[in-house]
Amino acid sequence: MPPIVQGLITIVLGVGGCIAYFWASNLVLDRYIFPPRGPNAGRNINRANQIRPWLFLFPAIFALGLYLAYPVVGSFIRSLYDRSGNTFIGLGNYQWLLGEGEFRQAVFNNILWALFVPAGSTFFGLIAAQLTDRLSWGNIAKSLIFMPMAISFVGASLIWKFVYAVDPEIGIINAFRAWAFGSDPLDPLQVSFWNNFFLMFILIWIQTGFAMVILSAALRGIPEETVEAAIVDGASPLQVFFRIKVPQIMGTIVVVWTTITILVLKVFDIVYTMTGGNFGTQILPSYMFEFMFRDDGRATAVAFVIMLIVSPVMIWNMVQTRKEMR
Amino acid sequence: MDNIAGQKSSLGWAVNIAVVFMVLVWVIPTVGLLVSSFRDRDQISASGWWMAPFSAEQSYRARAGSEPTSSDAGLYVVEGNLFDESDATGTISAFGTRAVDPGEFAVGETAALGDDESLVVNADGTYRYVTPEEPGRRGQRIYFLAETPPSFSLDNYRTVLGAGGMGQAFINTLTVTIPATIIPILVAAFAAYALAWMQFPLRGLLIALVVGLLVVPLQLALVPLLKLHTEIGIGRSFVGVWLAHTGFGLPLAIYLLRNYMVGLPRDIIESAKVDGATDFQVFTKIVLPLSFPALASFAIFQFLWTWNDLLVAKVFLPDGDSAMVMTRKIADDLLGSRGGDWGILAAAAFASIAVPLVVFFTMQRYLVRGLLAGSVK
Repeated sequence: MPPIVQGLITIVLGVGGCIAYFWASNLVLDRYIFPPRGPNAGRNINRANQIRPWLFLFPAIFALGLYLAYPVVGSFIRSLYDRSGNTFIGLGNYQWLLGEGEFRQAVFNNILWALFVPAGSTFFGLIAAQLTDRLSWGNIAKSLIFMPMAISFVGASLIWKFVYAVDPEIGIINAFRAWAFGSDPLDPLQVSFWNNFFLMFILIWIQTGFAMVILSAALRGIPEETVEAAIVDGASPLQVFFRIKVPQIMGTIVVVWTTITILVLKVFDIVYTMTGGNFGTQILPSYMFEFMFRDDGRATAVAFVIMLIVSPVMIWNMVQTRKEMR
Repeated sequence: MDNIAGQKSSLGWAVNIAVVFMVLVWVIPTVGLLVSSFRDRDQISASGWWMAPFSAEQSYRARAGSEPTSSDAGLYVVEGNLFDESDATGTISAFGTRAVDPGEFAVGETAALGDDESLVVNADGTYRYVTPEEPGRRGQRIYFLAETPPSFSLDNYRTVLGAGGMGQAFINTLTVTIPATIIPILVAAFAAYALAWMQFPLRGLLIALVVGLLVVPLQLALVPLLKLHTEIGIGRSFVGVWLAHTGFGLPLAIYLLRNYMVGLPRDIIESAKVDGATDFQVFTKIVLPLSFPALASFAIFQFLWTWNDLLVAKVFLPDGDSAMVMTRKIADDLLGSRGGDWGILAAAAFASIAVPLVVFFTMQRYLVRGLLAGSVK
């Protein structure tokens, strides 16, 4: 069966199945189990209303449980076994990881990523938001800066492979160096330590648009009186920006920063496509893939380390939400 | 904000220049890729894409004819046109007989090659080769530099979409993306309504859980779920990818949609209930149509995310061309086998980002609205 036909059938089955489930389950509830008529009409309506939320929620809870909650436990348990999955070795995989130079390198690089990518994206996003807000062609500029959001990490990596290419006839960076300083071409991706930053810049390039859009909405939400009052008091534009505007949108900056941090900890494609983790650019997600399909024990152990790093953000998010609900 | 007192006009220039610079940095890499995708291999290695509108100097190799066209005082003369002997076009700027120095002699200059041999090449490609001995079966080798005018073609795209296998990968990507976009929307919309407008115990806890799950790295899911898929007989297949994308997309979907639905006017929903509508009717007839902007924005997100995904496809789809999506085709296949073939790589990348870019530029308004609904209160 050609995949396109298979795809069409699944769309019909999947979407149809979903609709059928919601429609039929509510029908059964209202018509047969607790019909809103007869001697117990009032009581039946109340009972139906107690059950209905769970009908609405069931598929979502099921999928969330299976694809996100269960793996947290499942991965942890799997990480306690050896590569074949038969022998229980306790924390052996974690112990082994700690002794690995490449693992330590990956953790170190991951920390760099988690520090610099959100900082860079938020910084450039904030500048772009502030500067484009005053321009007549600001919306066009915003669209162009936002555009990389639509490009896959693989596509973006390929785009930057061109920019970083060694051959000065292909790579614009080496071409510029040759033109301006007459220097010999070098491979930016093999300059140890700094190559991490060249990779990070790709993600910053992608995420700046996201930060810009949200921060620009926040900037627009600042009441004009405070800004005007500052100007009347003789504040310079820079003072207005850093002393008046930035503090007022601090909440949004934190949200943007957190969102990008989470993304950084999940990202895999850029390192995988650009260097494959070579030349000292390994990060945890790409390091995990080294063991994928070969040693599930170690792969899950790396995955669980990523989970441990993310969990403070997770708990903070949940506490924050519960606070807002009250 | 434009006419605030004290705004200095001198800053206007600086702002404009700064934004122009930033936009250039953000756009140039993509433009370079786009330009490269229309150039052929030789041109790419001869000049940078930023020189693409200008003619480039390239070196070529040809052989003089082996049949003497005339003889002159005991010397054999071979005449002809180098453009007929090679695939070069344009005008010749220099020539030579050694590969290491293809530009040894200027055009029109008579090059003495020793043993009374001589060679003249003109800019229009005509040459005259004089030799005392009968030319061998294979003519004299001539290297030359030619100014080739810029040329753009769709050849790279033809190669990539046809023989390159990207056509099949394109269809596979669509097959993954469409169900993986629609199913989570449906499931999430019902759940979001329940979390926004229905009263039941544990509601607050459930919302907090959804927010927590937003953060779970999907790396965690790969090993246990692949094992589960194999055990229940799905294995590595399209169905598995659809289910995985549904699961991974749900927290964001529920979160975005719930935030939006909570903001809907309470009186509409309550008056519908007073009129005797059940929750199911309220949802399908009132809330769903009113939530269109939020549904659209999540649809765009999920579409972009599934279209651009590499990791889930790598793990949950079988290896081999019949189920390879475009990102994987580029990352695993083309970068390996055609690592130096920049034109092909550029065309492949553009084939894969064309659809998201179109979606992005036509639906940008909804995308931004969705982002704002999700992250700014």
